[in-house]
Amino acid sequence: MAATPLRTPARAPNAALAAFLTRYDGLRERLPGPHEPRDAAAEVLREMGWPTPKEEPWHYTNLRPVEAQVFHEAVAETGDGTRLIAHLPAVAGPRLIFVDGRFRGDLSALPPDVTTSTFAEGGASSGFDLLARPKRDRLVALNTMLAEDGAIIDVAEGIDGGFLLLGQLTSGQHRRVASHPRHRLRLRRGASLVLLEVSAGEGEYLHNPVIEIDLAEGAHLTHVRLQQESAEAFHLSTVYVDTAARATYDSFSLSLGAQLGRSEIHARLGGAQAAVHLNAAQIMGGTQLSDFTTVITHDAPNCASRQTVKSVLIGRARAVFQGRIEVARVAQKTDGYQMNQALLLSPDAEINSKPELEIYADDVKCSHGATVGALDPEQLFYLRSRGIAAAEARMILVRAFLTDAFEAVTHEGVRAVLEHAVETWWNTTGRAAEALAS
Amino acid sequence: MLEIRGLTATIDDKTILNGIDLTIPPGEIHAVMGPNGAGKSTLSYVLSGREGYEVTAGSVTFYGQDLLAMEPEERAAAGLFLAFQYPVELPGVGNANFLRTALNAIHRRRGEPELDAVQFLKLARGEVKKLAMSEDMLKRNVNVGFSGGEKKRNEVLQMAVLKPKLAILDETDSGLDIDALRIVADGVNAQRGPGFSSLIITHYQRLLDYIVPDRVHVLAEGRILRSGGPELAHELEARGYAGLVGESAEAA
Ligand SMILES: Nc1ncnc2c1ncn2[C@@H]1O[C@H](COP(=O)(O)OP(=O)(O)OP(=O)(O)O)[C@@H](O)[C@H]1O
Ligand SMILES: [Mg+2]
Repeated sequence: MAATPLRTPARAPNAALAAFLTRYDGLRERLPGPHEPRDAAAEVLREMGWPTPKEEPWHYTNLRPVEAQVFHEAVAETGDGTRLIAHLPAVAGPRLIFVDGRFRGDLSALPPDVTTSTFAEGGASSGFDLLARPKRDRLVALNTMLAEDGAIIDVAEGIDGGFLLLGQLTSGQHRRVASHPRHRLRLRRGASLVLLEVSAGEGEYLHNPVIEIDLAEGAHLTHVRLQQESAEAFHLSTVYVDTAARATYDSFSLSLGAQLGRSEIHARLGGAQAAVHLNAAQIMGGTQLSDFTTVITHDAPNCASRQTVKSVLIGRARAVFQGRIEVARVAQKTDGYQMNQALLLSPDAEINSKPELEIYADDVKCSHGATVGALDPEQLFYLRSRGIAAAEARMILVRAFLTDAFEAVTHEGVRAVLEHAVETWWNTTGRAAEALAS
Repeated sequence: MLEIRGLTATIDDKTILNGIDLTIPPGEIHAVMGPNGAGKSTLSYVLSGREGYEVTAGSVTFYGQDLLAMEPEERAAAGLFLAFQYPVELPGVGNANFLRTALNAIHRRRGEPELDAVQFLKLARGEVKKLAMSEDMLKRNVNVGFSGGEKKRNEVLQMAVLKPKLAILDETDSGLDIDALRIVADGVNAQRGPGFSSLIITHYQRLLDYIVPDRVHVLAEGRILRSGGPELAHELEARGYAGLVGESAEAA
């Protein structure tokens, strides 16, 4: 038999990106801030396209379902915001609310001890903080090209900014839309803040936020992220963090929503004795895909990074965890810990994980571990033998599995929000997925 | 009333229970003794609905209901309780929460009112005290890091709180110190009454000095080979099973 050369079928043109580039041409003059970084980002996208699975960091997450769509400019009606706000958790306190990537003062309550402004109102004039690397991170280039608004949050030296909710709502219920909010957070020396960032919405949309975070010496940010986008949504978010000496970035990302979601965090430990915690839980059902990708760069001595990432998967859901830890030559006495645990509740669920350690210093302590398992039938029977129904018994064991990840969230009000979100997820999506699986 | 008739069960096509006949009337305590591997734990698991067994013949009725057709949680709500030979550890699950969830699940199924946290703690603390356990046990994760004896006491605590109609105690005495044995026996005796019966699986006569059974059965080779009064336990203690098992082999 004559050998026919194998060909990979040509990838269909990226309709989504083409439409975004056209939109940029039309929108360019009306966008806030200098043109140069946006033009540069557009150029990168025109030349390189956006990531495909051929690129290593995107090996497990194929953006093809996003590419096939054309996303329109969001023109939310005022009424949408008031309705969408019901998707946010019921927590009291100051809040900055964005609908379709634009600040909504009428839905917000400004924090008393924190300076806030918006990207549209002048935050953009200082340009884009260049923690972002648009050539490598092309979804960030997309955000840079099209960002209209975002929160600019600044906590002054020595101030405890308390609690702040950052709500990002997207209205895809009328037509398929995209939003690209661009937030910036700065905590000055010794400042602290508890930020609860929530992403939610209705219908089909792309939510592509970028957050740049700068922590000065001794600053302490607790950043809890709740991704509960609509079931049809695409969520592609990127966080950049830079910590100075003795600063702490303590984050927890809980992903429950979206048909395809990726949370990418790049954290750099730039000063001695800084600490970074990138904990996460991804709880998925149906055919959802959730990707948690992190890059921790140790650039200073005596720093610590900690990660516990838990995935709970039902139905045909798939989760990805890519955790890269880079330890520079100067970063002696680095203490790195990474734990990745997955609980697969159905035979068709799948976890792809890729830990990567790149260590150039010689005196470091870095450990990582991974476990994948199903629910223990002995534990399940023990609970049922005490009168607890099978579905509730499974929920108890799932919650137990998540316990040590959630314990990292020390702010009680925020932890209650997360626990409630998981409970709600289980009672709706989880049980439905279970019913289908059994 | 528990009525087991000709119960035959297999694991992976291997017959473990081979025609068990056993009736426990309300208010009675029956002891089951027998050599290692005889099928005692298997019987307790089949009765409580653990997966992995195939019942190939026979029937079990519990207060008139077909026990084998029920889910494990339904059996619990109907009043069946198994104190496990090897209690299971549940990391991440608090003992008090677990017990309250169980109790309220049973109450819900029976249409009885649920207990709030305060009411429950009052009840649980009382039982903890009776069993001479430390209150700390309620705060800890279920059985995690418990000593062998503490695990057994925790099983008895669950029995005391859930108040079953029939408690199967699978070697609950193994691993208990002398004082604990007494306390656990007192715990069982406290439940005694017309609404409570028990099937006590044990290897030792000693427990039966404290909890005097109405009947004693010998289970070997997957069957009840002999039944008698409390004196049978003394006889077994003195003579062992060898003669009995042999006799049956000759008879067969
Ligand atoms: N999952 C299993 N697969 C195969 N054989 C099993 C399984 N579980 C139990 N058995 C076998 O069934 C038989 C009865 O076991 P069982 O645990 O009921 O004995 P027992 O009477 O409780 O013994 P002991 O006094 O040692 O607790 C044993 O031979 C055991 O090896
Ligand atoms: Mg046994």
